[in-house]
Amino acid sequence: MTTATTGRTTVKGAVGTAHTRVEGRDKVTGAARYAGEIPFADLAHGWLVLSTVARGRIRSVETGPVLDMPGVLTVLHHGNAPRLTTDYVGMLGIPDPTAALFQHDRVPHVGWPVALVVAETPEQAREAAEALVVTYEREPHDTALVAAHPDAYAADGHMPAVTEKGDLEAELAASAHVVDAEYTTPEEHHSMMEPHAATARWDGGRLEIVDSNQGASWVQSELAKLFSLDESAVRVRSEHVGGGFGSKGVRAHQVSAAMAATTLQRPVRVVLTRRQMFSLTGYRSPTVQRVRLGADPDGRLRALEHRSLNQTSTVYEFVEPSAGVARVMYDADAHRTANHVVRLDVPSPTWMRAPGEAPGSFALEAALDELAERCGVDPIDLRLRNEPETGPVSGLPFAGRNLAACFREGARRFGWADRDPRPGLRRDGRWLLGTGTAAASFFAGAGPSTALVTAEADGGFTVRIAAADIGTGARTALTLVAADALEVTPERVRVRIGDSDFGPAMIAGGSMGTRSWAWAVTAAARELRERLALGTDIPPEGITVRSDTTEALGALAQKERHSYGAQFAEVAVDTATGEVRVRRMLGIFAAGTIVNPLTARNQLVGGMTWGISMALHEEAVRDRNTGGHYGPDLAGYHVATHADVPLVEADWVEDHDPDDPVGIKGVGEIGIVGAAAAIANAVWHATGVRHRSLPIRPDRVLSAGTGASRA
Amino acid sequence: MREFDYRRAPDVTGAVALLAADPDARFLGGGTNLVDLMKAGVERPALLVDVRELPLDRIEPADDGGLRIGATVTNSDLAAHPEVRRRYPALTQAVLAGASGQLRNMATVGGNLLQRTRCGYFTDVAGPCNKRVPGSGCPAVGGEHHNHAVLGASDHCVAVHPSDMGVALTAFDAVVSYETVDGPGELPLADFYLPVGDTPHRETALPPGALITGVTLPPAPVAAHSRYRKVRERASYAFAIGSVAAALDVRDGVVREARLALGAVASRPWRARAAEAVLTGAPASGDTFAAAADAELAAARPLPDNGYKVTLMRNLVVAVLTELAEEAAR
Repeated sequence: MTTATTGRTTVKGAVGTAHTRVEGRDKVTGAARYAGEIPFADLAHGWLVLSTVARGRIRSVETGPVLDMPGVLTVLHHGNAPRLTTDYVGMLGIPDPTAALFQHDRVPHVGWPVALVVAETPEQAREAAEALVVTYEREPHDTALVAAHPDAYAADGHMPAVTEKGDLEAELAASAHVVDAEYTTPEEHHSMMEPHAATARWDGGRLEIVDSNQGASWVQSELAKLFSLDESAVRVRSEHVGGGFGSKGVRAHQVSAAMAATTLQRPVRVVLTRRQMFSLTGYRSPTVQRVRLGADPDGRLRALEHRSLNQTSTVYEFVEPSAGVARVMYDADAHRTANHVVRLDVPSPTWMRAPGEAPGSFALEAALDELAERCGVDPIDLRLRNEPETGPVSGLPFAGRNLAACFREGARRFGWADRDPRPGLRRDGRWLLGTGTAAASFFAGAGPSTALVTAEADGGFTVRIAAADIGTGARTALTLVAADALEVTPERVRVRIGDSDFGPAMIAGGSMGTRSWAWAVTAAARELRERLALGTDIPPEGITVRSDTTEALGALAQKERHSYGAQFAEVAVDTATGEVRVRRMLGIFAAGTIVNPLTARNQLVGGMTWGISMALHEEAVRDRNTGGHYGPDLAGYHVATHADVPLVEADWVEDHDPDDPVGIKGVGEIGIVGAAAAIANAVWHATGVRHRSLPIRPDRVLSAGTGASRA
Repeated sequence: MREFDYRRAPDVTGAVALLAADPDARFLGGGTNLVDLMKAGVERPALLVDVRELPLDRIEPADDGGLRIGATVTNSDLAAHPEVRRRYPALTQAVLAGASGQLRNMATVGGNLLQRTRCGYFTDVAGPCNKRVPGSGCPAVGGEHHNHAVLGASDHCVAVHPSDMGVALTAFDAVVSYETVDGPGELPLADFYLPVGDTPHRETALPPGALITGVTLPPAPVAAHSRYRKVRERASYAFAIGSVAAALDVRDGVVREARLALGAVASRPWRARAAEAVLTGAPASGDTFAAAADAELAAARPLPDNGYKVTLMRNLVVAVLTELAEEAAR
């Protein structure tokens, strides 16, 4: 038995100091195992069969010939699959029936799961799945999102559908300058490197799932409800995750694997293909947005309207709340925002990096750039003139709003002061050059979490929390946070994550992960440090303190809590070929305490790179006749390549809120917000043409030509 | 994905014999396209005959002063070869404009010529495609086609050939050599790809079971003054939406000789002979270049969503020829 205290020696704070990933060596040497490559004895393999029609009913699943194929163990479908419970409300609302597999014969979109073929090898399962004949009764489908869709309706999602104050038409009529424009964004996919993969097995009366997800305890809870099991009878582990971006929740892979493991009573793995991911794992809905702005001669807003329409499936209502951005960013005497959805015969969309803010900021920040042009006001000045005192809709005070500081620092470093606002004037060989800017904000929230911190007998400390490191560096960040709270060096702290046995915790989502988990880890670590300060003996099993932030969260004062940013882009456009190249980008952010500058910068630059991709490349195309995707793979769906990503710099300003118990705001999403608008605004500055539909493809640039604005 | 056998060909004769013995056999080069198509279910070979280790990996001078390129030369080695870079720079540029470094290390010259279209309907086995299933229909004509053909297509198929390398080879009058069980043969690249017509599933004039053994570039001094430019929807690792391989011999302000081929506009690399006719003997001016482009593109038959390609190709031809003429004047 040893006696340990955390000691009174001054330890330099780990938080704020660059630290390489604690699991970095494991990842680059291959020692880190991902869900699809962890070996299991007696493993069987499932392969999903997806519908080829956009709407209708399954008439028959002709399993006979397939069951006779080599290695085939079973075929699950709506006629024989275990029944699931779906009338529950989970952590994030009611479940998307896309994951409630094989419960009925209806087909709501192309790519809907209709069967799972399980065989001894993945190759056998795949060959049999591709041979399985499924016949359908087809019905006419509608997969086209159009602005004036007659079936569109206002929908809440996780915020009110509509907010309004003042007389919009009167203020618009009284405005010296008006912008009234429609903006569209396409269907976008998360496209993380690691596809969804899960292995399910029954182990001593518990259903164990080895998965790749964004919240082990969240997936545990959902699976328990779906399969009518006690939560303690389900264990979900997800140690390393190759990207998530909102897509890795409860999906067809875990549910089908669990069904098959139950039916066969042996371990079953299901891995999705890239093509399957396009219809099974969610996506960002396309949006059609209308923005109307009215301003005084000096650019002060009198009227602001932002309406957004997105598509959702016929089985699940998902709102991409693009109109929510203006509720935080800009005030006006007349202020109206509204989110609408329309149910189409398409897969269910879901959260994708900066849901709402990413497409919403494109429309709103592009419209502000148009207003700046009309008013003859510098785009940064226009935004600073319209800085609200309190939440434009909530009326709540801001808990730190350092947008102006971001713009000042960004303008200085980008060289904005020398900018000639007139478009179409700068040339470098065949390229027209332009610069643009846009503002960014993202909600800084937190979710209840529990954490366990153990003082080990050997003098080390173990943190256990069902956090998820989806590539963000969360494991490393929590190591630094715990070290500071324990007043020890990070080398003495071991953080274990991704296991539902560690208790409920917030998911890696909404830029809330690190803030939420750090809160819980800090609370437990501080209490442990206080206990150890008494000179307690540490038994062989260690001393463990558990924290739960549920109460502390509830006590947090009601304020508008957000991170902010100023995005800058320089682009080159060849109007003879339609090519657009980003030459440099700068993002300056106010995102609270930066735990690990190395991984925080990585996240911010990653978000800005997503912005380049969103502005210029990404677009999932749907065939109007079949209702299915055209070219759904990473050759057909373009994300930015290295050659598309030039010098991208991200940095931050001091952003400290003394009343915030955590101080961390999260950096996962703010980097993409406003980035596409800054690029689109720069394309206008280069060419004089407003591109209001993303992506700004060569054919669109070519068809638009140069010169006069098409407003 | 169908189970298949794999054999490594011992020599050229053995390779063609293996293929002749099994109608479901395919030659495997770098596999950068065939393996993808097997995963998608478009190709379901029973046997893969690996020809990548055959001794066809040399680039050598040809008897007539040209260059003979073996069929298994990798794209990377082709692009890096000093004689190619010096005498046919557009070929190096074209190869380097394609795919990625890793793919170019695997992909072979023979395989590059035989790669299939990346039309999304061709690779979607759930739907119709006249190229994949003759007579089933072409969904691209009434569906997604913004990167489809504007020249030489038919109602039966509007897919484009994806090769960059092939565009430069076409401009330089390359000749394809092949081996069959009945002996060797040759095909000029100009005759290698068949017209689309109502048989889009018949893509080349190669005899059944033929193995490409090499490509010969005839001597062409004009090719030393050549350039390849490719426009795509991102800066790297995407197929062209339009590309140009051009060579220009300008003396005293007059075009003495011109070579021009267009990519991503047709079911094959498109030799622009109408444009070459306008260029030859004409003043090396923007007007000439525009007239040449217009002469070639007069035959364009765009669909509702790919009309931009006509503008793109006109601009691209003028831009590339102008650059070459300016270089010649320096």
